[in-house]
This record gives sequence, structure tokens and C-alpha cells, in this order.
Amino acid sequence: MSAYEAHFRVWRGDQDGGGLKDFHVEVNDGEVVLDIVHRLQATQAPDLAVRWNCKAGKCGSCSAEVNGRPRLLCMTRMSVFDRAETITITPLRAFPVVRDLVTDVSFNYTKAREVPSFVPPEGVGPGEYRMWQEDVGRSQEFRKCIECFLCQDTCHVVRDFEENKEAFAGPRFLMRVAELDMHPLDAAAETGLDRKRTAQEEHGLGYCNITKCCTEVCPEQIKITDNALIPLKERAVDRKYDPLVWLGNKIRRRGQ
Amino acid sequence: MTQVERQAWDVVVIGAGGAGLRAAIEAREQGMRCAVICKSLFGKAHTVMAEGGIAASMGNVNERDNWQVHFRDTMRGGKFLNHWRMAELHAQEAPDRVWELETWGALFDRTPEGKISQRNFGGHEYPRLAHVGDRTGLELIRTLQQKIVSLQQEDKAATGDYESRLKVFQECTVTRIVKDGDRVAGVFGYERESGRFFAIEAPAVVLATGGIGKSFKVTSNSWEYTGDGHALALLAGAPLINMEFVQFHPTGMVWPPSVKGILVTESVRGDGGVLRNSEGKRFMFDYIPDVFKEKYAQSEGEADRWYEDPDHNRRPPELLPRDEVARAINAEVKAGRGSPHGGVFLDVSTRMPAEVIKRRLPSMHHQFKELADVDITAEPMEVGPTCHYVMGGVDVDPDTAAATGVPGLFAAGEVAGGMHGSNRLGGNSLSDLLVFGRRAGLHAARYAQQTATSGTRPVPDETQLDLAAAEALRPFSAEAGEPDESAGPAGPPENPYTLHQELQQSMNDLVGIIRRAGEMEEALHRLASLRVRARRAGVEGHRQFNPGWHLAIDLRNMLLVSECVARAALERTESRGGHTRDDCPEMDRDWRRLNLVCRLSDPSGGLAAPDNGHGQIRLERREMPPIRPDLLNLFEKDELVKYLTDEELTQ
Repeated sequence: MSAYEAHFRVWRGDQDGGGLKDFHVEVNDGEVVLDIVHRLQATQAPDLAVRWNCKAGKCGSCSAEVNGRPRLLCMTRMSVFDRAETITITPLRAFPVVRDLVTDVSFNYTKAREVPSFVPPEGVGPGEYRMWQEDVGRSQEFRKCIECFLCQDTCHVVRDFEENKEAFAGPRFLMRVAELDMHPLDAAAETGLDRKRTAQEEHGLGYCNITKCCTEVCPEQIKITDNALIPLKERAVDRKYDPLVWLGNKIRRRGQ
Repeated sequence: MTQVERQAWDVVVIGAGGAGLRAAIEAREQGMRCAVICKSLFGKAHTVMAEGGIAASMGNVNERDNWQVHFRDTMRGGKFLNHWRMAELHAQEAPDRVWELETWGALFDRTPEGKISQRNFGGHEYPRLAHVGDRTGLELIRTLQQKIVSLQQEDKAATGDYESRLKVFQECTVTRIVKDGDRVAGVFGYERESGRFFAIEAPAVVLATGGIGKSFKVTSNSWEYTGDGHALALLAGAPLINMEFVQFHPTGMVWPPSVKGILVTESVRGDGGVLRNSEGKRFMFDYIPDVFKEKYAQSEGEADRWYEDPDHNRRPPELLPRDEVARAINAEVKAGRGSPHGGVFLDVSTRMPAEVIKRRLPSMHHQFKELADVDITAEPMEVGPTCHYVMGGVDVDPDTAAATGVPGLFAAGEVAGGMHGSNRLGGNSLSDLLVFGRRAGLHAARYAQQTATSGTRPVPDETQLDLAAAEALRPFSAEAGEPDESAGPAGPPENPYTLHQELQQSMNDLVGIIRRAGEMEEALHRLASLRVRARRAGVEGHRQFNPGWHLAIDLRNMLLVSECVARAALERTESRGGHTRDDCPEMDRDWRRLNLVCRLSDPSGGLAAPDNGHGQIRLERREMPPIRPDLLNLFEKDELVKYLTDEELTQ
């Protein structure tokens, strides 16, 4: 392996518009797309805007779309591309552009606030919590989430239909509802809060038609659809009619 | 005066990592209106990078553990330079801070009895680190973030506004603390997104900005770690201590070059991983220093038995404190026994089954697979030292976290100095954030309350706000070539990225893991010339999300803290913890009693520094307060003689 020159097209602009700009830039052994963006900043475009932090796939800041696919720039190795290939980087499509590769992700923070928080069990003091690994494991999978919002970006419920944003929390925050619902000591029910019901009635679970796009793009490989959304749908079914679950149940019964 | 958006809050917290969020929660719960300002998005702070765990002597895995043992380990790890009162408070309060997280929804890994599981770590006598796989920092930040959201939900129910009592100003940078006479009166900063300036008036400001690693080339730290809080404190007139002590984590990735420095968690060793050189030898047995001889295994057999039977065997030397392991790796590579890419081998593949590795070290497995094409269940990792943490920081009162000499200024977490002495133990960072974050928030709230009750709320000096705005705009006028009499000798505009790279290279080469007087003098020379050039750092474009401009502003901070590190390191003529001198290799008991205190040479807070050879930092020596007798009695005399002078021992 040796250094070579790659052809990049990077979207530059702001809320008033913009377009793809061509760059020819050096690529070295073992580099990731974020390294190339940094080289562009240091040598050709000092004001190129990009979010990043840990550069190790742990903070979920450098989300963008590489050749149209939502990805973390720091975890996308240059070696996955052909050397002759033109690599196109664009900002997350589901969110408004601020500048260049930086988008306004406030939608996600708004949705986060709409999910009622963990309710501590009454009469159990700090230090007295007892939970078993097999019980916490389910919610722990969802707590691996680094909030990169790639699932929110790829979910076509909001990607293609801006107007759905009002009623739909998106995979990340439906998963948060599932996480709290599966928390062994969450006492929401004791306060009259039915998390399963709110998933359906307040967070738009019914919009999800389990195409698993969210699971596919998750850099933490969380099985969002299978382990969070579908169980939530199944739990919601006896409370609320959901055509997909109804259909699923029909098909399953037919096979028996 | 400059047109800037103005707001008034009771407590401003700068930084939204573990310490900042914990401080904000406390201030809000004390009834104060609290604003948090952070450079990144809410929830992205560097705390997410912490992997191994939170040290707290809950005694869930070994019931012999208690705060006294934790205190002892912390003092030993820091080679007794720690402020003993901070180490005491930290060891005593850490368990409560961890348990409290569970009541906010945190889900730690469990013991078979359903309690919080605890793992072994370097320098900790018993399994002590509460953890979630190897992503403990993420769990911590998420839990605190969600607690903040839950408080905002309460405020929404009570006032109709989520942000009436607790607001996060994300993607904003603070460039100056503004004062009213001696007292803190607020902060000045800009929104990264729009470039707009803002000023927040507040009687109390908590610094929780983390560390300084971005001044070094090979580092595990993110772009945010530009020493902002350290510099803000200096500029506001508060001193820093212990800046010569910089922790090089022994195990960073070394290949490929683009990931060099990224952290490989100490849990790899805590869970059984071993270090080998190119000859296949477990070399750490050759590097056990005298002060630790009785505590560590002398043979591989004993070391391996320890994992199963810790009561009758001593710990493996791979679990020595980080400074010892980092120096050992450095020495092996220097002696020509390194790995192909200039590190050594860290192996778990021959130590435990693939399934166990994937369960206990999932992010390491993922990180190596994705970034280096290495399957850690089948082959060893290549690792080497990486700049990880600064022990030095703002000189604070141990109980209140108040900065010395500037009423209304507080500091907690990595930006505060003293707690870890000359070297921090793994796992003691997350607990430090929580213990002192809470204390800083509590005392900042009380202080703010006091100014309200007594009708003595400070008012920011308008001139300072104007100067801050002019300072922040300078990089644009450099680009336009406008005359600027304070910018020093004429010259072409400098590229801030180039300046940053040169700074990182200088610090890495000249004030790195092994230090020599001549090299540090050279570093001070280079810093002086970089300082002159940095005043001409120019940027293109406009103020909206302009990373070149942001870096040009951050350079001021990196240059200030780098000078502190280099000057203090040159002054301390001994080797101790995170400060190793090739030309003064011994630890000196007389030096243990001394802190080196860094202050700005120009007490007005200006940065003109006409005499560049002299620099911007003035050093002074200060005697440490004697360790309280009941705490000294926790140690055997045989051990104390290694650290304390005869005079101290007879007192």
C-alpha cells in the first residue's frame, strides 16, 4: 500500500443552497474518510464545516452520507473504496443543513424530551438496587446507542415525509421507550404511565413498517427493529390495533 | 459597546462532560438557575471515551474493600503528591455517587447477587471499577444527560418552559471569563454555528472543560481538549498547579497512522491481557519499581493464579500504575524489542475464549476490527503510549472546588489539579468527575445564592466584553491584512492548522514521556516563536461554523497550557509519576512537598508579553500542607519512608 490521490466530491453550502465541489486529495495507508476531510481543511478548504469528536466511533458526531449511505466518517475506511472511485460526501438528508456537512439535529433533542424519564421505584434507596444480568442485558443493548442519529436519518418515515416529524419520534427514541419499558426497576406503571401505550399513541410507533433500514445503518449493530421496535409493537397490540402486527400474527398462525 | 446577546443566569457551567453535567444537576437541585455551555452537541463530551469503569469501594466483589483502601491506592498511584484531602473526599463519596446513578436509570453490569459488578484495574488493590462492558463513559454521560432532561421535564410541568431553570447552550465556546473587580461576573463566548457573540452574566462559573491533550501529537483526546478551562482560569487570575504531570496511557493504538493514539482500554489488562515484546517475553516483570516490590507477582505462575485467587497471590505487573507501564513499553521499544509498528504486543487472544473477549471487550473488538483489520480474539494488538490525561489543573479548595484567589470561580474534573498527584489511577477519573462535579455545583450554587441574598450580584465590566470581542475577531483582520499594532512584527498571515501541527510535534518530541533539560529549553524557544506567529493566525470565510477560525482562537489556550507544562517540567528536577526526567531519574523526597504554581506573568490578564523569551507564565514553588496524622496512620511506616522526608516522619 502506498499514498495515492483520490477524487472527492463534497457538498458545500448553507440553508440558502449549495452544491458538490470537486477535490483531489492525498490518501495514505489505513486512513478513514474523516482523515481526508481533515486534510481538506488543513490544505484546501480551511472553513469546511464538519462535526467530529472522538474519531473512534464512540461519540456519534461525524455522521454524514458517503456515496448516499448514512455513515460515521471516522469509521469508514478508505480501503473499502476502489482507488479510481469518486467519493461523494453529503450532509444527513433528513435534517436541515447548517453549513457544509453540518446539519441541524435539534429534531432529535426535541424528541428526547418528549419521552418520560426513568421512574425510580419507591422505597428502594441508592445502593439497594438488585437486578440480574440477564434482565439488564436487554436494555443495555439499547444503551449502547451513541446518538449518531443515522437511524433517524435513514428512516424513510421522516426521510421522505417531512410532515411526519411532528408525530414520529424515530427509531432512536422509540428504542428509548423500549429501553425504559424493559428496565427491570422502572416504576412508570405505578405512576399510571403505560409506556407501551405511549409508544403507539404519542411517539408514532404505528408509522414504522419494519423495513429494518435503521438496523442496517446502526454503527453499534444494535438490532433496533428486532429487539426494540417489534417487541414494542407486539406489546402494544392488545391495546391498539396495528395492521402490521395483525398481519404478522395472521401469517404466523397460518404456518402453524 | 459591542452588540452581543446578553442573558443572566445564577450559575454558568463550562463543559458538559461528567463533571459539568453533575455540577449543573446539583446547582439546579439547589434551586439555582443554571446554564451549561459546551463546544460539542449535548451528550458528545469526551467522557464517552472512558472505557474501563468508575472506581468506588462498594465492596461488591471483594468485601474487604473500603474507602481507606481506595485512599491508600490513590495516594500510592499519585506518588503521595496528591492533595490528601481531595483523595480522602473522593474515596469516601465515590460509592454514593455511583449508587445515585442507578436511581437516575443507569444500568451497570451485575454480580451474580444482582449488585453492581466491579472489575480489577491498575493500582487498585481489589476489584473496584463499576462498569458496563468497556463503554462505561457512555453510560455515565447518557445517564447524566437523561437526568438533565428529566429535570427539564419537571421544569416544563412547573413553568411551561423546558429551559426555565436549566439550559444547555450547545456548540458554543467561551473565550473569556469577565469580572467585576476581583469577582467573577460572567462569561463571553461565541456560537460555533452562527459565529454570533454572547455574554452571560452570572456570579458563579464552574470550569469543567477537561484536559489539554490536543497540544500533543499522539493523543487519545478529541479536538475539544485544547486546555480551555486551564487558560480561562489563568487569564482570570487563578493559578494552576502540577502542570508538569501529564499522563501517557501505556496502551494506545500504534497502527495505522491515522488512528495512532486512540485508546486501548486498561480493562484489557484488568481482565487478563498481557504485554509481550518481540521476543515473546512478558517484560513487565523486569520493571517493578522498588516502592511496589511487595505488591506485585514475581513470576508468571503467581500472576496468573491471582485472577482466581487474589487472597494468596500477588497481582500481575501488567497492572502497575499507568506511568510505570508506559515507561516500560517505551524502554522496550527503545531497546529494539518493539513490534513492527513501534509498539509492543498486548494479547488477550491466548488468554481467554473468543466469546468472552467479545462480551467483555466489545468496543475493543469492534475498534480493532474496523480500524486496523485486527481480530483481537485471534491475534495480539500492537500498542504504545499515548497522551491521555493531565494531572495538573486549577488550584482549588478541596472541599468547595473554589479556585484560589478568584471569588465565584470553581473547577472540577480534569481541569482541576491536586486530586491525582503526579499520576492518576485508571477508574479514578469518572469518580472524580462525579464527586467534585457535585461539590463544585453545590458550592457554586451556595455562593450565587449568597450574592443574591446580600444584594451584591456582580456586574460585568463592559470594557472587558469589548476587548473579548476584539480578541475573538483578530483572525479575520489578519487575513484581511489590516494593520494591528498589538499583532507584533509584520509578516504574512499564518495557517492555524500548520501552527497547531508544529505545536503538537514540539510538545510530543520535547516535553513528552521522557524529558531532558535541553529539550525542554528548546520547547520553550519554539513556543515563544509559535506565540508570535499565532498572533498572525488568519482565517478565510465568515463566522458561520468556521473550523479554521475556531482553531485560531483555541491556539491561544494551547500555547498557554503548553508553556505551563514545559516550564514546570523544566523546573522539577526529579522523576515522579507522569513526569520522567532522563537527566534526573530518581524520585526525590524533598520535591514531594512542593507544588509548582503557574500564574500569568501579566496579572491584568493581557497577553501582550513583549518579552517573548520570558514568556507568559510565572512559576513559584509552594509547600504542600502536611498530611493529616490519621490518614498517615493508614500506611505502614516502611512504606512512608519511601515517600516522606525524615523530618516529616518525625513530626
